[in-house]
Amino acid sequence: MKKQLLFKAILALSAALILSAAWMVSQRSVKAAPPSESSITGTVKLEGTPPHQRPIDMSKEPSCAAVHKANPVTTENVVVGTDGGLKNVVVYLSEGWSGPETAVSSGPNWDQHGCQYIPHVMGLDVNQHFKVTNSDPTSHNIHPMPKPGGPNHEWNKSQPSGAPPIDTSWPAEEVAIHVKCNIHPWMSGYMVVVKGPYGVSDDSGSFKVEGVPPGNYTLTAWQETYGAQTQKVTVAAGKPATANFTFKAK
Amino acid sequence: MAKLFAVTIVVIAILSAIPIVRNTWHPMEDISTHGQAIDDQLSETMWEAGISFLASQIILAWFIWKFSVSKRTGSKAGTGESRSFPGGATGIVIASVVLVGAEVLALGAFGIKAWANIYFTPPAADAMPVQVQSGQFAFYFRYPGPDGKFGPLHPDLINEANQNIFGLDPDHDPESKDDLVTAEMAIPVNREIRLLMHSKDVSHSFYVPALRIHQDFVPGLDLQLHFTATKVGRYEIVCSQLCGLGHYNMRAYLSVLSQEDFDSWLKKQATLQ
Repeated sequence: MKKQLLFKAILALSAALILSAAWMVSQRSVKAAPPSESSITGTVKLEGTPPHQRPIDMSKEPSCAAVHKANPVTTENVVVGTDGGLKNVVVYLSEGWSGPETAVSSGPNWDQHGCQYIPHVMGLDVNQHFKVTNSDPTSHNIHPMPKPGGPNHEWNKSQPSGAPPIDTSWPAEEVAIHVKCNIHPWMSGYMVVVKGPYGVSDDSGSFKVEGVPPGNYTLTAWQETYGAQTQKVTVAAGKPATANFTFKAK
Repeated sequence: MAKLFAVTIVVIAILSAIPIVRNTWHPMEDISTHGQAIDDQLSETMWEAGISFLASQIILAWFIWKFSVSKRTGSKAGTGESRSFPGGATGIVIASVVLVGAEVLALGAFGIKAWANIYFTPPAADAMPVQVQSGQFAFYFRYPGPDGKFGPLHPDLINEANQNIFGLDPDHDPESKDDLVTAEMAIPVNREIRLLMHSKDVSHSFYVPALRIHQDFVPGLDLQLHFTATKVGRYEIVCSQLCGLGHYNMRAYLSVLSQEDFDSWLKKQATLQ
């Protein structure tokens, strides 16, 4: 009687072990090769007359003024390219994403060149590392200002010409963190920290959000002057979805 | 040893006086109508202070030479006896206080013509108004435009990313519509300027060495200056009040232009607003 009970227990335990091992293997294979990841592409446009962008006089910093001598720069609150395409709009999955927080592996670069931020708006994942570099022959201070009291903390570091890059990341989602340089008050940029895949619109307003598994999502487009817009998107396996946004000039 | 010390004092005093007498380090060329009086005042102060300095050093050296005791001759060495000034020190202390006091008073009286007459007199009625706002870490300037009036300021609207430096609201304030905001100061030559100064944040200073102007910005105070530039050129405006990490880089340029060039500069600025 006792022997039979022991035999049954061993059998049950081995079955449980085999089943859990099989489950772990199956989970690993899902992570290694997600079934037919797709993407979301589209265009962001501005309807109406874009607000006037004032030229920036950099005469206080002659080395930067020299960079823009041929092409004077303006503010970049609303940058409209060809056919009303709206640049610097961050498009991301605000609902429906269940993958890891950091979906984008390559760390972007936030450069200071000609007393401007390049890019002006940068998308980032939570905990995604990025580098801050200074290619100007002058000193800058980098002063990101997240919402006070939130999980992201404000910092302010100086970076003289030729100093090594600053490597850092943001621990929590935030749309968006304003970055400024106190030495050159006209310098302004945004870091948009999200979970999962994102895309930033280019000169023609086109964007591409890559690495999206099939499913239903809420897609959000954020622009520094006009705020956020959302829409529902369904992504089918192996077939890129399309979503277009139109902002109205105030 | 004491005699060597006395000689050293005289040598140092004379060596330090040489570059001043020879005018080795002279101030930059003055381009203002009021600057000559300030330069005269400074050189007057320099001469008075310089002569007093040389005289006191030479007298000090003479006393050391004359009244020191020598260890070798042993006259009074090691006895611990000290020598006092003949007749006591009271008389000479009173005399020197009166002398120095008279000198300071005299400098102040002569200085009135250089400083108070400029600072405490109002500008001419037709002086051209220019506003300057200092802020960490740049100067910005505002011209009233054709209507001759500055629109009101709304500090809550200040947005550097928008280049709304002064916090103007041209949509609601008609007087702000034609105001010109610039990062460089341009003025016509030989025209009196009424400068209206305010700070956006902390203390700064408006220092233009060529104009012999040096005035602090005090947060919360609207201050005024008036001056006339007499020479066309490009000059530096610097902040001389430690105001934060970017203080070293807080500057702007002053362009003194002919009336013609100034008019076309204003026109160009109007197109850039």
